[in-house]
Amino acid sequence: MTVTAPSTDTSIERYLQRRRRHYWLLAITAVLTLCSLIADVATGPGQYGLGDILHAIVSPDDAPRAIAVIVWEIRLPVALMAIMVGMSLASAGAEMQTILNNPLADPFTLGISAAASFGAALAIVLGVSLFPVASELLTTLNAFIMAMVASLLIWLVSRMRGVSVQTMVLMGIALMFFFNATLGILQYVASAESLQQLIFWSLGSLSRASWSKIGIVTAALLITMPIFFFAGWRLTALRMGDLQARALGVNVGRLRLTVLLCSSLLAATAVAFVGIIGFIGLVGPHIARMLVGEDQRVFLPMSALTGALLMSLTSIVSKTLIPGVLLPVGIITALIGLPFFVSLILKSRREVWG
Amino acid sequence: MSLKVESLSVRFGRTLILDDVSGLKACPGELTALIGPNGAGKSTLLKSIAGIERSTGLVSLDDTVLDTLDIARRAGKIYYLPQDITSRAALSVFEAVLLARRTTHQTDRQQDLKRVQHTLQTLELEQYAERDLGQLSGGQRQRVAIAQAVVREPRVLMLDEPTSALDLHHQLQVLEWLVTLAREQQMIIIIAIHDLSLAARFSRHMWLMGTGGKVRAVGPPEKVLTEERLREVYAIRAHVEWPEGEPPRVTPLAATRQLGAQNSRQDF
Repeated sequence: MTVTAPSTDTSIERYLQRRRRHYWLLAITAVLTLCSLIADVATGPGQYGLGDILHAIVSPDDAPRAIAVIVWEIRLPVALMAIMVGMSLASAGAEMQTILNNPLADPFTLGISAAASFGAALAIVLGVSLFPVASELLTTLNAFIMAMVASLLIWLVSRMRGVSVQTMVLMGIALMFFFNATLGILQYVASAESLQQLIFWSLGSLSRASWSKIGIVTAALLITMPIFFFAGWRLTALRMGDLQARALGVNVGRLRLTVLLCSSLLAATAVAFVGIIGFIGLVGPHIARMLVGEDQRVFLPMSALTGALLMSLTSIVSKTLIPGVLLPVGIITALIGLPFFVSLILKSRREVWG
Repeated sequence: MSLKVESLSVRFGRTLILDDVSGLKACPGELTALIGPNGAGKSTLLKSIAGIERSTGLVSLDDTVLDTLDIARRAGKIYYLPQDITSRAALSVFEAVLLARRTTHQTDRQQDLKRVQHTLQTLELEQYAERDLGQLSGGQRQRVAIAQAVVREPRVLMLDEPTSALDLHHQLQVLEWLVTLAREQQMIIIIAIHDLSLAARFSRHMWLMGTGGKVRAVGPPEKVLTEERLREVYAIRAHVEWPEGEPPRVTPLAATRQLGAQNSRQDF
């Protein structure tokens, strides 16, 4: 991302140009995400024209009843859920990478997704409820609770004296293996039927999306994103290293706790509703970092939008790859994201991490 | 109008890193050099003054006890530039220096931008303004860190071996500039530095730390840097000269203790 600017420009002008370019990139990604959302709604078994779909989105009352129902009850929830989950996972990944100073940190590698799987398995296989609740929500709530337990464990370890961020990451990885093992035990004893259900859950799927679920995921975003934005300069400063961040006046311990809990909340909510979707939380922030750097004012929204766009594209691909078959998105994310990501890191001269 | 340190102690578990450090004073307008062998607790002392390291004791600035301030307020008055600057964050030089400025001054944006530009120009960094931190050489990275420190315009600036990665040209340039900066802005500047000749040449006041976290001498360089004291604190035979009209010279001749002769302290 080295830009050769005319040498007559002052460093201030070049800085302002750079910021304008960042805002343009943000705007372009936002437009692409919107296009992808519409394309997502327009894709499906019933062949409707783009005009009909747009008409049904904008004014559902005038549109033919069949299209309006398909768009508003089936396709739009799935498409919007893709956007919201993508935003949640990528933002959570971006902030986990920031506070743990580790390019590999994301909800997946920190064991939060594995913990969620275990929670879901408790509900599906054993019917164990961690909280008295209606059975349809059991899986979701168990997954959420276990995900939060995992992040609290990581946080508790970090409270011990002299624990570095590397220890926190290793703790997360240990948790991932632990929960995978306990999940394995449950899978071993599970009946064939519940095993199938569990595997389907853990592959990650948007098909269970509904407006109320979208509402909850959006609520989690609305709670956490302002906190991230408010802590923006502190998070940017944290990337200068703990010591320098403290010298700059950042209460590093408190910041790390707040942001860890918030990003866990985001990840746990998303995973609880759609199951395990890896890769987005890792790749979204990396692409954002390559495009706009790590100034949180643009890095965070860029991560969220990149995650949303990737998730939305994935949703389209999962419908069209095999016509008539809706593949679990969790499988597709890696398939679609990986080649793109690899080509980016190989092409980019920017030092992604050091 | 000065920085004072009284009965400051720092403990890591059972180890006493700083042992009742008292009688330290640094005045505005001049450079104070903090010298001492490896592991004497120089960095810990600076971090404690900055409030980054937990300590017992009294640090006061202009008769304000610094412990009464919260982290952000204290960081606005007093800035510590760490020794290891390893961050390779994907931030441009300009962004990184602006961040350091905006974390204390949230006033006029235009003025802050100008301040950043001016600091970059002074440190001969303007041509690298768009580079990412990760693309810089060690010396350039160190000068960016100095720019980040100075652009905040703190009352007290503490730099932990700010010239360790710089070539001879930039060492002299940065130190000369810091002397000017201290004088013109009436800033209190404290530098931890290993090169005793440079320390003697640019500082007006010295704090000499010995092993065990104790202060061994405080005062003007001519008083602090004696051949006898260097033998005592650094375990070296050295030649100290104060030639007329020339910079002072401290020439180390030989170590008075060989490696392995005694358990030497670990280098932190």
